[in-house]
Amino acid sequence: MLTSLLSLAIWFALICIVLAMLCCTVRLFVGPAAQDRVLALDTLWMCAMLLILMLGIRFGSLIYFEAAVLIALTGFVSTVALAKFLMRGEVIE
Amino acid sequence: MMKRLFPSLRLSAALLLAWLLLNQSVEPAHLLLGAFLAVATPLLTRSLQPLPHARIRRPLLLVRLLFTSLLEIIRSCFNVSRIILFTRPEGVNSQFIRIPLDLRNPYGLALLSCIINTTPGTVWAEILPGTNDLALHVFDLHDAQWWVDTIKSVYERPLIEIFEG
Amino acid sequence: MTGAENLPAWAAVPVIFLLVLGGGIALIGAIGLMRLPSFYQRIHGPAITVTLGAGCILIASMIHFTALQSRPVIHELLITVFVLMTAPVVSMLIMRAAVYRDLRAQKNTFSAGPDDVYRLPPEEKD
Repeated sequence: MLTSLLSLAIWFALICIVLAMLCCTVRLFVGPAAQDRVLALDTLWMCAMLLILMLGIRFGSLIYFEAAVLIALTGFVSTVALAKFLMRGEVIE
Repeated sequence: MMKRLFPSLRLSAALLLAWLLLNQSVEPAHLLLGAFLAVATPLLTRSLQPLPHARIRRPLLLVRLLFTSLLEIIRSCFNVSRIILFTRPEGVNSQFIRIPLDLRNPYGLALLSCIINTTPGTVWAEILPGTNDLALHVFDLHDAQWWVDTIKSVYERPLIEIFEG
Repeated sequence: MTGAENLPAWAAVPVIFLLVLGGGIALIGAIGLMRLPSFYQRIHGPAITVTLGAGCILIASMIHFTALQSRPVIHELLITVFVLMTAPVVSMLIMRAAVYRDLRAQKNTFSAGPDDVYRLPPEEKD
């Protein structure tokens, strides 16, 4: 009983995170401004990290942890670089 | 000697702990490598540090402040979820407000910005140039004065006591 | 295969609760990102995904593996600390980038009025 409930909860969370990634992708393509796309990309990174963690729980394996750490690190660095570029990097007029 | 080898004992301990967590073991080999990293990293990166290390005068108050802000984060998570799901977005009054700060310590300001930004519903924009006023964006603004009072009494006063004391 | 069959009840109940809560909150944050009308409102949507959504799933993962391997597995704390330290920096940088871009687009400097902070152009809704 509890086991089937647990696997149901794992599936629910997985599907929720995939739907969240879909929402982020919609915002990534719709825009309209560049900062919207950067924000959507950052949320997409975060959801990808959560998805990897959920897969780790689903398959009961600790291997996924390293992938989650790497995704969190690269996501932070890339978002900071993009935001810095938006703030300073374009020619004014 | 101790002071030169360990510029900050807290930083060294945090590095050692992070290394052990990353390796998930407390074997002597990992302890040795972690201790080496904990000593070498602060020494090698000391020239990157523009300010002297922070001095925390009241650690217990810091713990209490972090606990308070954790509760506040959870509470405002549910508030923001409720607004996203059940309120028409046109009716939400999102605005910048201006908060005059008394806190000057850079570490205190950094911690204040982290707490405010982690709390859903508020985003720290910047400290306006030339002043010590904070530009804060609030998701659902009802009363600007309430926000000023809350941030000054709940977050800023403990931070002043902790870092400037 | 998953190992979830032999999870004891003291671990399964909080894991179920935290997974449902975390997944739901993560989805709500992304929905906010998708459907709120202006950028300065949208920036508040992902904040709940990052804090409560990620926090719940990380804690659920810790409890799950601790019970599964019958030893404390707490290395998810590293991700928790990392996310808690970086998410505020990211949102502040994106906010400042947006404010500076909007001000630049309008060729206006800071307004010094006491009530309004920035004099931003009227937001176009989409």
